[in-house]
Amino acid sequence: MENTRQTESKIIELKPFADEMVVNMGPQHPSTHGVLRLELRLDGEVVREAIPHIGYLHRCFEKHSENLSYPQIIPFTDRMDYVAAMNQNWGFCLAVEKLMEADESKNFQVPERAEYLRVLICELNRIASHLLSFGTYGMDIGAFTPFLYAFRDRERLLLLFEKICGARLTYNYIRIGGVSEIIPMEPGSIDEQNYLDEIEAFLDYFEPKIDEYNELLTKNSIFTQRTTGVAVMSADMALSYGATGPNLRGSGVDWDLRRDEPYSIYDRFEFDVPVAVDVPELGAVVGDCWSRYKIRMDEMKQSARIVRQILAEGLPDGPVMADLKAVRPPKGEIYFRSEAPRGELGFYIVSDGTPKPVRVKGRSPCFSALSALQELSHGLMVADIIAIIGSIDIVMGEVDR
Amino acid sequence: MSGFRTMFANPGFNISEGFFPNINLQEKLNWAEEFIQNVLIPRLPEGFAAHFPVELGTMLVMFACAGIFVAVVPLLPLVLVLAERKVAARFQNRTGPMRVGPWGTLQTLADGVKLIFKEDFIPPQGDRFLFLLAPYVIFACSFAVFAAIPFSQNILVSDFNIGIFYIMAISSVIVMGVIMAGWSSNSKWSLLGSLRSAAQIVSYEIPLGLSILTVVMLVESLSMSEIVASQSNGVFSWLIFRSPFTFIAFFIFFISAIAEVNRTPFDLPEAESEIVAGFHTEYSGMRFALFFIAEYANMFAVSAIAVTLFLGGWEGALPGYDILGGMPGFVIKTLALVFLMMWLRWTLPRLRVDQLMNLCWKYFIPIAFFNILGTGVWGLIFPEDTLVSIIISCAIIYTGLIVAYTIAGRVMAQKPAPQPS
Repeated sequence: MENTRQTESKIIELKPFADEMVVNMGPQHPSTHGVLRLELRLDGEVVREAIPHIGYLHRCFEKHSENLSYPQIIPFTDRMDYVAAMNQNWGFCLAVEKLMEADESKNFQVPERAEYLRVLICELNRIASHLLSFGTYGMDIGAFTPFLYAFRDRERLLLLFEKICGARLTYNYIRIGGVSEIIPMEPGSIDEQNYLDEIEAFLDYFEPKIDEYNELLTKNSIFTQRTTGVAVMSADMALSYGATGPNLRGSGVDWDLRRDEPYSIYDRFEFDVPVAVDVPELGAVVGDCWSRYKIRMDEMKQSARIVRQILAEGLPDGPVMADLKAVRPPKGEIYFRSEAPRGELGFYIVSDGTPKPVRVKGRSPCFSALSALQELSHGLMVADIIAIIGSIDIVMGEVDR
Repeated sequence: MSGFRTMFANPGFNISEGFFPNINLQEKLNWAEEFIQNVLIPRLPEGFAAHFPVELGTMLVMFACAGIFVAVVPLLPLVLVLAERKVAARFQNRTGPMRVGPWGTLQTLADGVKLIFKEDFIPPQGDRFLFLLAPYVIFACSFAVFAAIPFSQNILVSDFNIGIFYIMAISSVIVMGVIMAGWSSNSKWSLLGSLRSAAQIVSYEIPLGLSILTVVMLVESLSMSEIVASQSNGVFSWLIFRSPFTFIAFFIFFISAIAEVNRTPFDLPEAESEIVAGFHTEYSGMRFALFFIAEYANMFAVSAIAVTLFLGGWEGALPGYDILGGMPGFVIKTLALVFLMMWLRWTLPRLRVDQLMNLCWKYFIPIAFFNILGTGVWGLIFPEDTLVSIIISCAIIYTGLIVAYTIAGRVMAQKPAPQPS
């Protein structure tokens, strides 16, 4: 044991050039968005190489899952991308439901009302997630105030989530076959009407705020100087690294699972998929930090649009949970991907017909995007590293799992 | 006043005088002496008054005033820290500190007490001596600047004939303290921060000095009290309006000053999101507090210098209206500039190192040199400040502002500089 350690330490021994400085950025650092550790080889302020080291938040999600029944795994998915936990619940449930649909004898289907609630809550969750991304990105670039504005608005969303599932961060709301009924909301009741009214009040308040934030930060000339033209990720590069979600669309690839591979009831709603374009008057080119950031700002508007359509239609009647005796998917395997706020969240599940999965693998969008950091950061400055990390919007809980 | 030509004709002002302030002590003590003669002595018993040592009494009164001054100036940062937190809170829809004292007014005091009791950590591998010395260097230099700032007609610790030169010199020493702190901490973040700071302060010292030079050319003196005295005829005699070039110089001075005191958008040396806390990462307890106090003292000092040089110092907006010797007016003007700094800090993001240097070397320094040239020409055309010169100056400033406003949109959307690679 002792010997192995010694050889390992020899392998990772640092051999800086004479004019190089090796700096550890993280795992305790104000703007590595959690516990990312970067090994920076600096030539003055210029970064020769930034090597990400991950694993500081590894909690054995995949191994744990093998010893838990399917419903018990859902709270673990909350802890993956903890700022968009609803979407993580959903991604996992979608995969399990897909697997269960294969067993035609069960005649399993998610009720209509649950589908509407899922889309409603997950799109609100997407707004909350992008708000956090916007706020922390402002802080990374040095503007502290947008951070508090973003948290002020996110707080209202968290209160809405709390009202429907009792939790502010780790919801465990979306269950296999429907949504949680822990706080009952009868169809057509005054409770439901009040809740939908509250969401509408939030949207009425929030939609003009997006334009305000664009004025405050997006078009700020110092902000554009810091982010436009920095770390350009071409469409080819984004595809080859497996970048998804806003990072992929920020590189100009028009791809959104909600539209191109519609799951749940997304095909019933109208929404645009924002794709980055060159903005010459601000100096932005497709694939730079500013484009990735801007996609998120635009997506918030689109999410609000989807929520408004649900509010206009109203929630359908019926149960919120499918009639399930037990979650026991048939023997088989499934890979299902859904569009989480940070990109394509995939779950690969192998089932042997027992209540526990044989293997669960999470495909994390943040992990793929983070792998591009090393190539993106080459030759830039220390301050740019921060700008890149913020713009690819990683959550370490999901990277490490 | 025969224009700036006399300055070039007689370049022989004696710098060494600066070390021996050329003030007439008796003249400066007049107000204290008058106070004793007119107020104190009439109230004393007959026999005692006849033998009252006027000189000694005068000295004592002066010491008492100096004591008040020395006690009050270090309290400024305490007030400013609270003000900053309150201002920031208002910008961010918060209330700021509310618990300690009424409306949280004693919060900084509580923080100070907490910092005193904290562990004084010294990095074992660092350079112990420099580590201990650095906060004092910065602290002392920040407060030494106050010695040459005229707070009012009478409150001026020392009226050097090279006052502004002394301020420039002393404030440059701060960078030594910063480098000492960064080097001795034995931390790479501290080192990065201190080197950033060194590059930044040394660079921005140039446009700062050059814009001060425009003022000095017009006033023909380096003495702070004479610079104020030359602005005694109301708001239009303030140096900012005296010529279009001093107007530009004011903005260059103010922006460079923000860079000098390391505040957003130029707070790279202590950029929290990049290099943790910059040069004072490793400091804790009272030593950290010294850096903190020095930062806010600096902020007040540069604002006070800007007010003295460009905005009339303690002189009122109308000639002859100097309430309480001009002190309230001076403080209000200074705090207005301090508020402006806070406003910028809580609104703007931070520049990158190369952009910071670009701004300084490619824009500010050429403009500052152009200003000096322009001030020279202005001095040739208008050797004396007359009504005509001030009207022409204000007309040019007004036109310039309108032109700037109309093209501002295009300047804001200017294409940024290409990336270094």
